[in-house]
Amino acid sequence: MTAFPTRTLAAGAKVSGAGQKLLAFASLLILVVGFSLASPNFLQTSNIMAILQATSVNAVLAVAATLVIITGGIDLSVGTLMTFCAVICGVVLTWWGMPLPVGILAAILAGAACGLVSGTIIARMKIPPFIATLGMMLMLKGLALIISGTRPIYFNSTPGFTQIAQGSLVGMVIPQLPIPNGVLLLFAVAGFAAWILARTVLGRYTYAIGSNEEAIRLSGVNTDAWKIAVYALAGAICGIAGILIAARLNSAQPALGQGYELDAIAAVVIGGTSLSGGRGTVLGTLIGALIMSVLTNGLRILSVAPEWQTVVTGAIIIVAVYADQLRRRRG
Amino acid sequence: MTRGKESMPTRRLVLGGIPATALLAASPIAMAQEKIYIPLISKGFQHQFWQAVKAGAEKAAAEYKVTISFEGPDNETMVDRQIDMLAAALAKKPTAIGFAALDSQAAIPLLQQAKSARIPVIAFDSGVESDIPVTTAATDNIAAAALAADKMAELIGGAGKVAVLVHDQTSRTGVDRRDGFVNRIKQAHPKIEIVAIEYGAGDHLKSTEITKAILQANPDLKGMFGANEGSAIGVANGAREMNRRLVIIGFDSGAAQKQAIRDGIMAGAITQNPVGIGYETVKAAVAAIKGEKVAPKIDTGFYYYDKSNLTDPRIAAVLYD
Repeated sequence: MTAFPTRTLAAGAKVSGAGQKLLAFASLLILVVGFSLASPNFLQTSNIMAILQATSVNAVLAVAATLVIITGGIDLSVGTLMTFCAVICGVVLTWWGMPLPVGILAAILAGAACGLVSGTIIARMKIPPFIATLGMMLMLKGLALIISGTRPIYFNSTPGFTQIAQGSLVGMVIPQLPIPNGVLLLFAVAGFAAWILARTVLGRYTYAIGSNEEAIRLSGVNTDAWKIAVYALAGAICGIAGILIAARLNSAQPALGQGYELDAIAAVVIGGTSLSGGRGTVLGTLIGALIMSVLTNGLRILSVAPEWQTVVTGAIIIVAVYADQLRRRRG
Repeated sequence: MTRGKESMPTRRLVLGGIPATALLAASPIAMAQEKIYIPLISKGFQHQFWQAVKAGAEKAAAEYKVTISFEGPDNETMVDRQIDMLAAALAKKPTAIGFAALDSQAAIPLLQQAKSARIPVIAFDSGVESDIPVTTAATDNIAAAALAADKMAELIGGAGKVAVLVHDQTSRTGVDRRDGFVNRIKQAHPKIEIVAIEYGAGDHLKSTEITKAILQANPDLKGMFGANEGSAIGVANGAREMNRRLVIIGFDSGAAQKQAIRDGIMAGAITQNPVGIGYETVKAAVAAIKGEKVAPKIDTGFYYYDKSNLTDPRIAAVLYD
């Protein structure tokens, strides 16, 4: 195992990510302050909780996308994979009447298995990630509809299921701060992914593959295997997103999911992760996802027309990436 | 991401600056709290049908001097996005809320929240399976389909074989329009025989194929009813491809269906009144705020249109392309 280039690459990536994170965090702060001044209804506990709740699913998907994007790949299937896993969860819990933990495990394993398939198609069959995951996106969309019979699967027979997203453990202790459990789950997933990236061999190779795959392959690393592992991990995280959205809606909605990959990728990019790979952090992605939902919520609170909300969100994505590039060019 | 080659003037604050200006530009609304504010959360907003609902809501808002907003997700699968919109609408402390649920069950926790905050909820377009909404402003699909049955009977001379093509057997609109048509024929027009009831998912091509099979099996078929836009277009296409002349009655509008009526392939169609749905929703919300009694169900009306009244301003206003 020659770890020498990977260590330095990873360290470099973390340093250059700091500036963008600061920039992103500053814009998040400006948004929050700005909206608070513009409307008294914005900075209220219930609305903040609504924003966090609205962030959770997209942020979990974005964390999954971050891992893949750092390797220099892309995963277009995160949205429909989430839906597919939600349907699997519904089949196991509602149709088969299995206990809750089995349903949760099934969703996560289904996600990991699909990620494994994507990773294998990319690494072993040498299909570009964009094409491979585009194919997976469509296949999973179709399979979710087929398995569910194109009808939503409700979780009414699994008491406590909706608590996974809608309940609040924190609120039971501190009633003034009813942080939804879905948000705790998001923090747990993000913490886990950040730990993987920062502290494990898998994390180091994730950055290294994105920086210079050829170099580390030539130094004797089985890059294909590590790449497949990253896609499988991202898939498992999509499985968690599936549980989260199902718990939020008390149902697995089989037609939902397409288009969600773009929101996830947008959050990743706003958070300073480079689409060319080798650079990025989970914390940045979290801030990116928060910026998106604060923006959406704030514009709604101000009753800005939905057409204009879309225009503003698009502009923000471009400005965020441009600012990042300017900063990097200056060194 | 390719990097630009020429060096651009660098502005560090570029990211921070833009959202702030975007905010300033957006904030003159700054919420007149005393005024009555009624957000409408719909199932969509891009589709012409929803734009017509919005137009009706705005008309009522102007008449009753209230402020409304109208918002819906990009498409009808985005249940979670709609829930987020409802949450944001509640955060604005509205006086009342209009809501067209994509999935009733998913919205229950937020509707409970509205109830405990004493914000009256008006359901529109389709019902919410809950006792929280004060009323539901929607098309009476059973009555609308019964009108289609009467028109069919009139045009085929009160006797003969007809067939029905519905979008699906599970959705509320599918069930109501099918039953409305079939029951009316059975009760009021006993000499008419319904030989087939088929389902084509509202898909043009699938509905065309089904129609051709029905026409093949029934050489003496006198009429067909297509229960939504896609079904109706499928019926018209099928008849055209088989070169058969029969009385076709459709539902809703759309450019293709309007053209089929102009060309005489389709006899006419039932249109809902999306403008009326929006108008009645806001009107009911205002009544609920004032504490007036509101009927638990509001029929927003429907019309039969054909070649003769296609351009009638009253009809044209509720048709879309």
